[in-house]
Amino acid sequence: MASTAEEPNRRDFLVIAGNAFAAVGGAIVLWPFIAQMNPDSGAQALASVELDLAPVKEGQAITAMWRGKPIFIRNRTKAEIEQAKTVDLAVLVDNSARNMALPESDPATDANRTKAGHENFLILIGICTHLGCIPKGQAIGDSRGDYGGWFCPCHGSHYDTAGRIRKGPAPRNLEVPPYTFVGDTKIKIG
Amino acid sequence: MSAHESNYTPTSRVGKWFDERLPIARLMHGQFVDFPTPRNLNYAWTFGGILTFCLVAQLVTGIVLAMHYQPSAAEAFNSVDRIRRDVNFGWLIQPMHAVGASMFFIAVYIHIFRGLYYGSYKAPREVLWILGVFILLAMMATAFMGYALPWGQMSFWGVTVITNLFSALDSIWAGLGTAIVEWLWGGYAVTGVTLNRFFSLHYLLPFVIVGLVALHIWALHVAGQNNPTGLDIKSKSDSVPMYPFAVAKDAVGLFAFLIVFAWFVLIMPDYLGHADNFTPANALVTPPHIVPEWYFLPFYAILRAVPSKLGGVVAMFAAVLILVFVPWLDTSRVRSAKYRPYYKIAFWFFVFTCVALGWLGSKPAEQPYVFWSQFFTIAYFAFFLIAMPVLGLIETPRPLPRSITESVLGRVTGGVAPVPAGAAAAPEKR
Repeated sequence: MASTAEEPNRRDFLVIAGNAFAAVGGAIVLWPFIAQMNPDSGAQALASVELDLAPVKEGQAITAMWRGKPIFIRNRTKAEIEQAKTVDLAVLVDNSARNMALPESDPATDANRTKAGHENFLILIGICTHLGCIPKGQAIGDSRGDYGGWFCPCHGSHYDTAGRIRKGPAPRNLEVPPYTFVGDTKIKIG
Repeated sequence: MSAHESNYTPTSRVGKWFDERLPIARLMHGQFVDFPTPRNLNYAWTFGGILTFCLVAQLVTGIVLAMHYQPSAAEAFNSVDRIRRDVNFGWLIQPMHAVGASMFFIAVYIHIFRGLYYGSYKAPREVLWILGVFILLAMMATAFMGYALPWGQMSFWGVTVITNLFSALDSIWAGLGTAIVEWLWGGYAVTGVTLNRFFSLHYLLPFVIVGLVALHIWALHVAGQNNPTGLDIKSKSDSVPMYPFAVAKDAVGLFAFLIVFAWFVLIMPDYLGHADNFTPANALVTPPHIVPEWYFLPFYAILRAVPSKLGGVVAMFAAVLILVFVPWLDTSRVRSAKYRPYYKIAFWFFVFTCVALGWLGSKPAEQPYVFWSQFFTIAYFAFFLIAMPVLGLIETPRPLPRSITESVLGRVTGGVAPVPAGAAAAPEKR
């Protein structure tokens, strides 16, 4: 049987071509029904937020909103900055700066997670990289975890004073959003 | 279907006329009246009927609630409040639906444990069992999306945490998980857009379940029901017709179940829920202690037991999907745990494991709960991956009765069967 393989004839060609066109057509029709669920242009419109940080005194923290996400802004104390700078990078769980303005390969030093000249301000997307809860540590009296930064109560992730993951199930450091200082104390996020 | 003929005989001329054109009455009569059911079924077998009731009840109450509910971030929370306070009988119908979800899961878990105990997944019932696992998955998805709809704090953060599970895929292929999560959300965070699509899918999925249940019942009626001995029906005396015997027993089980159901609905409608869900959703504050509804707690404990994001997610999904492979993991030739002394011990330890995981899932993520979650997570998988294959090989089963009839009436000696009182009352139209 195998030795008498027939030459493909016109009908075989038509069947394969017809099915191929039907498959492509089906995929083309399916795509709008999948893509409609993606963020629409209204959600995509990259809203930028301007904030004045002057009222945020040393040791204080505020939470802003950007793209529907909470932004943690903390004016760190000298001790907190010192603590963040002296951490040996080898002990970090995630050694990537996680700074949207920097390449992913940059190391997670404190300098790479803040802006030169404004090291006291740590600005982060306040969403735990585990499963998206809002970590504690912004309000006075909140638990700040074992490393003095933030603590996510959902599944027990501890972040240090540079927002880097140190302990718990979260895989990545808290993300640093793209922002610039537009004045001495004014920032623009996005 | 099964090797028996429908005894349906149309009595009226209209019935006869119709039967020749669409023999649906003949089909129903054959499958749900004459259908041979093992004579030794116990009350654990009434949960199939109870689950059918639960599905219908959820559909009816859900369709009513959808007439009054508004799936928008601004109005969802208020509209549920309005249903409970203003809508005529909303105070009754809303808790029926919310409590109904919990009752549905109680029944389905008992139904699954019954299948595991009596070996109802073994040949020739593998497809029947796997369809059941698909029904469980569809139920979980439906319940999860339904819990989002009241748009309270637990709704919102439950959706956030569970949809974020998919972001674990980022560690396999950078950006893939984020793309999926944003596709599910329709934005960069959980918003009213997400709520709207969840409402649509929450309305759709129950009809998918109806379809799966139809296939599940079809597969059941091909293989026939399992029974406490795990033996096949061999002779006519092993079975009784479904109506009135199994139907009457199912009715007793259903009414007992309904008493518990009604007690929750009428006396403590919110007991199974969570107080945090009476606070409207707030994207800036995570409740200090997020817990899912009780029926997801064992899986939640498994998720938290693994100290890696992807690992936890994989373990949680594996905990459900491992059920698909049970027909091939169990190597024993004997179906029923009644005749399997070691498997019986393993089974009850497994039940305890599930309850313990459920309790641990409700506790915060700290010691000693984390340790015990890990211990019982290992125990959970060990039941399927070690106990099931190994016990089947090393265990010596107890002697099986020769037939279902013998298990009920005792061994027939010298041609005179000891007939227990009441047995003779069974109509012998077999």
